This record gives sequence, structure tokens and C-alpha cells, in this order.
Amino acid sequence: MTAREAVPLRMIATLALAGFCSGIAVVGVYLLTKPRIDRNRAEALQAAIFRVLEGASTRTPFALRGDEIVRIEAGGDVLPEDEVVYGGYDEAGALVGFAIPAEGGGFQDTIKLLYGYDPARQRIVGMQVLESRETPGLGDKILKDAAFLESFRDLAVEPQVTLAKGARARPNEVDAISGATISSRAVVRIINRANERWLDPLSGANAAAGPARTAAAEGRAE
Amino acid sequence: MRASAAPLDEELAKGFWRENPVFVQLLGLCPALAVTNSAINALAMGAATTFVLVGASLLVSLLRNFIPKQVRITTFIIVIATFVTVADFTLQALAPGVHKELGAFVALIVVNCLILGRQEAFASRNPPRAALADALGMSLGFGFALLLLGSIREILGSGSLLGLPLFGPDFEPWVIMILPPGGFVTLGLLLGIFARLKERRERVQRLAGAAPERGMA
Repeated sequence: MTAREAVPLRMIATLALAGFCSGIAVVGVYLLTKPRIDRNRAEALQAAIFRVLEGASTRTPFALRGDEIVRIEAGGDVLPEDEVVYGGYDEAGALVGFAIPAEGGGFQDTIKLLYGYDPARQRIVGMQVLESRETPGLGDKILKDAAFLESFRDLAVEPQVTLAKGARARPNEVDAISGATISSRAVVRIINRANERWLDPLSGANAAAGPARTAAAEGRAE
Repeated sequence: MRASAAPLDEELAKGFWRENPVFVQLLGLCPALAVTNSAINALAMGAATTFVLVGASLLVSLLRNFIPKQVRITTFIIVIATFVTVADFTLQALAPGVHKELGAFVALIVVNCLILGRQEAFASRNPPRAALADALGMSLGFGFALLLLGSIREILGSGSLLGLPLFGPDFEPWVIMILPPGGFVTLGLLLGIFARLKERRERVQRLAGAAPERGMA
């Protein structure tokens, strides 16, 4: 009797021990690699900000408070990634535009992207996909398709961004990628949703332009 | 207890060619098709799989006498999943670009039946040295198959190898080759070649076996 009961006990013990050791190993590696992964991510974000805001050389984070955007003080509360936009300033300290992160459902998984918006001209001036798991060879063209990305270099946002059927004809149209229609549409939808939320507060760019110069100076000092 | 008495170099060599995981055993075809649209992706996937397979095989072989039969598969999966998670984090930390390219397929190494298959068929029945040789051979065979597929598809589909352009600007890449159909076509042709080679080897062996009999008669 005891011998027969020892078997399930040994099975449970084996699995518990395996799970425990596995947990220790995973947590250990997670803690070891986390600083490096966070740094990689921050560097990728920094590079992406300057890529979607051509000419920018410093950046300052802003958050939405009520209906207007306010500069985030260093050392303040850490906000979720999609609650923060980045103002980009050129060498002279003039505002180039805002880099707005946005995310939403793609074909397979969440697509995270960053796009640049120039409030003075009310145009989108650049877009880059940060994270996606779209189909390799098809949907993942949203990362590198030249014509598609070029559409975002000077893109009107009124009344809203749409996907061009055929060649791009209107200023608010984006070239769809053949073979990646669903992913292209997802990017457009994600941007339109983020626009609804951010464009009005950002258009009151006076609020941002005020602290802009000091912010730029601080940004450079960092 | 040793199920296989083959010498170590034989254990190492069989996975590379005669029992190649992809071309002969037809295992691990999902990553073999999915991430071989460029040679560099194929190499990275081969390296990650090698790490997981060698690590898991060694550990399973060392623990083979302690794992109760009834829960062995579960234990193998825990061991494999741990190595996969370690590989995932390490790639994210050291090679974020490659990790971005491979996407979900790093995490999916855990369901590569090649790895679980080697644990059940070999590592859990053999001492660590043999298990290590077997795992290394199978990993190299898997990596070789991926690299072959990836190179062919990248050369034809992008006109480059390891990112270096090969044919100059006038080359019109066969985009289909880096899309899923190109993967299936390339794999199909390579499988045909391997089947042909195997057939010929068997015929030669049959003839060699038959010859002395005829001589006796």
C-alpha cells in the first residue's frame, strides 16, 4: 500500500521540483537580461523618434492631462507607454513635431508603432512600426515597404487617414501594400484612433510651444 | 542500460546527414519553412534550436534515472520550455534585431517536435556523452537544413546572401521565393533530392549484399 502511494508522491515531487528549478532559472535570466532589454528598447524608441521627426535632435516627453498636454517632469510617475508623446526639437530649439506612439490589433498580434505629427502644418511627417508579429514576407512589409512608408512623410489627417485604392491620389491617402492589405489597414486604423485622442490637444500647440524652448534646452543638457 | 551502442562520432554524424531532422525525418518543418526567408534568420533559428536541444538533452540524460516514467513527457516539456525562455530573453538582450525578425518563432521552439522527439527517443535512454553527441548532430543537421533552405530562398528571392547583394541592380528578385509558397517549393525539391540519394544508397547496398550470394552460387 505504501509502495503504491509512493509513486504518485514521487511524480508530484518530480514535477514540483522541475517547476521550481525552472521558475528560478527563468526569473534569474529575466533579472539578468532585463536592464539590457530595457536599454535596447529605449535606444530603439529614441532612434525611432528622430526617424519619424526628421531634423529633430532633442526630445521631451509630454502627457495628456485633461484636454491639454503637459511636460513630464523628470523623476515623476512612470506613465504607461501609450500615455506619453515626445516633442522633438531641432538644433535651434524650434518644435519639429510630436512623436506619437500608438498600438492596436494587427493581423496576428498587436502592432506598436510611432508616428510623427507636425501641428503647425497639421500633417503626419513619418511613421515607423516598433513591434509587430505580422506574417513574415507579407504583413511584415509594413516595416519596410518603401512606398507605404513614403506615404507617411507628408500625410494630411483631415477628415481622416484612408487607404488608397490604386495609386495614391489625395493628400490623406496611404498606399496600400499588395499582399499586406489587412496589415496596412490595421496601421491606418491605429493611427486614426490615436489621432482622435491626441490631435486636438496637440493642435493647441501654443501650450506646448511655450515650454518648448526651455524643454529643448533641458533635453540637450541631458 | 544503453539502447544504442554506436560510437560517439557515429551518433554525431547520423543527425547531420543520414537521419537529417528536416530532410529525412521531416521534423521541425514549421520553423524550417517559416524563418528561412533569409540565411541570417535561418542561422539564428539554427543557433537558438541548438542551444535548446543540446541543453535539454544533456539535462534529461543526466536526470534520466530520476524522472518517473508517467510524468516524463511533462518533465521534458518543462525542461525544454525553460531553455526556450532563456534563449528568448538572451536573444532580446543581445541581438534585438534578430529577435524582431524571428518574432514568435523563438517562443515556438518549445513545440518543435524534433526536440521533444530526441528527449523521448534518445536522451532519456542514453548516457550524457551519447546524448550530447546525438543532440549536437541533430542540431547541426537542423541548422544545415535551415541554412540551405534560407540561402537558396534568399539568393533567388532577394538576390543576396547574408544581406550582401550578389547580382547587381539588374537582378529582378523572385519575390515568391521569400513568400510561403517559395518555402514549400524549395523544401519539396530538396526532399526529392534527399529521397533520391537515399534510394540510390539503398540500391547500392542491396547490390553489394547480393553480389557475394551470386558469387557463391
